[in-house]
Amino acid sequence: MAEFIDLVLLAMLALTALRIIFLKDLFAVVMLFGIYSFLSALIFLNLDAVDVAFTEASVGAGISTVLMLVTLAMTGRKEKQSTHSTLLPLFVVLVTGAALIYGTLDMPPFGHPDNPVHQHVAPRYIEESPKEVGLPNMVTSVLASYRGFDTLGETVVVFSAVIGVLSLLGVRRKKRKDLESGLESHRVLHVVAKIIIPLVILFALYVQFHGDFGPGGGFQAGVIAAAAFILYALVLGLPKAFAVVGPRFLQWMAAVGVLLYASVGLYSMYRGGHFLDYNQLAADPIAGQHYGIIIIELGVGITVFAVMLNIFYAFGSQAERSNVQ
Amino acid sequence: MSFILDYYNYWVVVFLMMAGFYIVISANNLVKKIVGLNIFQTSVFMLYISMGKVSGGTAPIAVEGVTQYSNPLPHVLILTAIVVGVATTAVGLALIVRIKRAYGTVEENEFDNKDDVI
Repeated sequence: MAEFIDLVLLAMLALTALRIIFLKDLFAVVMLFGIYSFLSALIFLNLDAVDVAFTEASVGAGISTVLMLVTLAMTGRKEKQSTHSTLLPLFVVLVTGAALIYGTLDMPPFGHPDNPVHQHVAPRYIEESPKEVGLPNMVTSVLASYRGFDTLGETVVVFSAVIGVLSLLGVRRKKRKDLESGLESHRVLHVVAKIIIPLVILFALYVQFHGDFGPGGGFQAGVIAAAAFILYALVLGLPKAFAVVGPRFLQWMAAVGVLLYASVGLYSMYRGGHFLDYNQLAADPIAGQHYGIIIIELGVGITVFAVMLNIFYAFGSQAERSNVQ
Repeated sequence: MSFILDYYNYWVVVFLMMAGFYIVISANNLVKKIVGLNIFQTSVFMLYISMGKVSGGTAPIAVEGVTQYSNPLPHVLILTAIVVGVATTAVGLALIVRIKRAYGTVEENEFDNKDDVI
């Protein structure tokens, strides 16, 4: 049954991608891309990657769709007809695709338990991590403990992305209060948003602190919390959102998250271990692992939340400015 | 039939990769190029997750009585890659917004002879 679902979902994904190629209306392209992300989240779920599905649904279908729509608001929604021929790109793509298909024939069959990928470190993670780290969710164990260096690096990349966006666009605080901003006149949206937003934030907190036991963790929680504030900004307007969490404060928060993560590493060095060796954090190694993972996941959550929301602020204030002009 | 089932996931991944690649090299509009790049990126994610799947396995969250789990390592790599991906996409979109402001267009074939404007 799972194979059948896989066949259907992948076919739908291919059709969506094919449609995106030929559409000239970019609004429809962005919407289809949201569908594409949701479909791929379903496929990830079907392939047992629950944490990845969670992330793809909140990031791909949520945040990136919003960012692309804000960009379209500034750049226009129609793609103009291309002047150069499409034959050369088609040729390049067909040749590359044929070479890759030929390459896949040498790959081991899909899903076989004896495949080389399942032989090296994976058995150790699966068998030892519930005992060594003491968490049921192996993805969290690997993410936060065994590969803590990687995750620190990725958090730093996310942090540097916000520096890039802010230096390119910047966030302007609006002085003029009279400008109509957001969808405040839409009474229904207003009421519904006010009911939904607290629930979304509660859910984000659950995802943050329950990530050790079920799917979830700092990355997902940060994005979900940012989505709640983005909804607030969309309905009530940017000036009111700035009054709740200002861009200045978010810039600080983004840095604080990374520093919190790195300071756990430094503290474990101070206690006589290696960088990010959580066993040193408490007398009992398993308890140490727990403290370490909770703190660094919190650091990740804070940074991701602050970065996503700040990026939205940068795009949103830019779009409002171009509407005024 | 089993030959097709063994490789179906990889072939669809190759198709999606090529669809994304085609959009990147043939599209005129920069926003659409970013969409193409994202399709390419998601197909790479799909490749990794497909390789991590074990038939008859379950999600890698320890439960009593289950011995067969899918490989957690690709999940970790792709989970963080998705968040990093949206962050870099945001930088790309920010560049497009600046290009629009400087050149007045985001269509690739309209950039010609506009360099002296700035």
